[in-house]
Amino acid sequence: MTERERIQKQRSERAKTSSSEVTVDATKGDQLKADLDDLLDEIDEVLEENAEEFVRNYVQKGGE
Amino acid sequence: MAIAKVLGIETEYGIAGGPDMDPITSSSIIVNAYAQMGRTRINWDFEGETPDMDARGRVDLTSFAPIVETHLANTVLTNGARLYVDHAHPEYSSPECRTPREATLYDVAGEEIMRRAMGIANDSLEASQAITLYKNNSDGKGNSYGTHENYLVRRDVEFAHLIRAMVPHFVSRQVVVGAGKVGAETEAGLDYHPSFQLSQRAEFFEEVVGLETTLKRPIINTRDEPHSDAERFRRLHVIIGDANMSQTATFVKLGSTALLLACLEEFGPEGFPAMPKAPVHAVRSFARDLTLREAVPCDDNRSRSAWDFQDELWHVANSYALRTGASVIASSDEVTLLLTQWREMLDGVLDDRDAVADRVDWVAKWRVVTGYQSRYSLTEQNAKLRAIDLQYHDLRPTHSLAQRVGLRPLSTDEEVREAVHNPPDSTRAYFRGQCVARYPEQIVAANWDSVVFDLGEGPLQRVPMIDPLRGTRALTAELLETSATASELLDGLDR
Repeated sequence: MTERERIQKQRSERAKTSSSEVTVDATKGDQLKADLDDLLDEIDEVLEENAEEFVRNYVQKGGE
Repeated sequence: MAIAKVLGIETEYGIAGGPDMDPITSSSIIVNAYAQMGRTRINWDFEGETPDMDARGRVDLTSFAPIVETHLANTVLTNGARLYVDHAHPEYSSPECRTPREATLYDVAGEEIMRRAMGIANDSLEASQAITLYKNNSDGKGNSYGTHENYLVRRDVEFAHLIRAMVPHFVSRQVVVGAGKVGAETEAGLDYHPSFQLSQRAEFFEEVVGLETTLKRPIINTRDEPHSDAERFRRLHVIIGDANMSQTATFVKLGSTALLLACLEEFGPEGFPAMPKAPVHAVRSFARDLTLREAVPCDDNRSRSAWDFQDELWHVANSYALRTGASVIASSDEVTLLLTQWREMLDGVLDDRDAVADRVDWVAKWRVVTGYQSRYSLTEQNAKLRAIDLQYHDLRPTHSLAQRVGLRPLSTDEEVREAVHNPPDSTRAYFRGQCVARYPEQIVAANWDSVVFDLGEGPLQRVPMIDPLRGTRALTAELLETSATASELLDGLDR
């Protein structure tokens, strides 16, 4: 079986998700949710202080 | 027979700040700052620039061809790229690359070059005058600037076939490679009040086919400026793309398009999904459809969503790779990686968005925007959400959100550092970059298809490079390494 045929096979098997895969996905999902929460906790330190003014002043000339 | 898909990306960066807040001045400061720190003060050579030549075989007098600006800062780098001021933006045009992964690396190198240029420029400016760069495509107020891809295509592929085969991809690929945008900003978009769109650029497209890039933007751009042997090659200039922060998205954007072009060259347009009946409507409505399920009628009387198009196109590309090996695109490992990533991203945006938030820009941005909005119960119009959108693309490490959302890198920092200074091995960019690094005093100018030397006596000497696959490390490294001077190099080339 070539590499690419394997991809297709994995793909067709992916439809029939086993219970163990669900567990793995759920764990990964929780981790991603936690990462997002961490980012949202810190984001105000990174965001421009006056969002209104920052957004209003960001004006570009068209290009290309 | 398909030909090697030599490819690259040009990106105009958004720019803010500067001593007089004038974007042209600020852009010149950025380009000059980098050029003066580096080894290159070599000018760009405008010979061979014909942006008003139409691929449909005529010059369209009703359209507005771009004006080539020759007075603004413009330089060639040792990695073979061009760094210059285009209109009111600093632009990095990557060197010609041989594979999608390599072209992605040189796009990331361009980002690093812009970051360094910003640092050098700001060292000599007051804090209140500091310049900030953004790798994005619009200001949220109806002004857009481009990220253009270029692909080497056989000249004898009929242009009508290019349109027929590629429009379905160009209207739908935003579901996997769109950079995402909060709100809308054109008349066409504002009517629908979308809270979020898949693509920065979709709402700016007004025509299916055309020559312009700044007005009446077309899905297929007909600029016929091959920068190579015009008898054999065409350069497909793709203007309908977003600047990606995700390296994997850039890789899949380039790789999927290159695979489909090679498939078209090899087997013709028959196996491709039918065109949408109204492509401009399709690209705009797909951008606003976060369910990815809304279908549009097509020329074969079926209806397809953007996701359906991508699913069919993935199968077209996959079967092309199975039948031919796709060696004109990349090694079999790289082609496998490409098809796997494209497939995973496509399945993820439909079934499990969290799983692809480390690769799909619009998903990564959308999660932060919607997460922040719901945490603080904000309205869709809140300026903070637009600030998040802008700062996703901010190049400053202190302010970049793209650097904080956990995007998966494709290249190592070491590879990026190398690519900032050194050209790719496998195209004529190798010869260009090496000449700029080795003989800067003797080079008057350079461009995509030639390098011009001034040896101090006699006429200027132009070394033509009309084949993008000549001038590689394999063909020229020995001569370059044994030529201590430009004069020796030119003698060697004559032999």
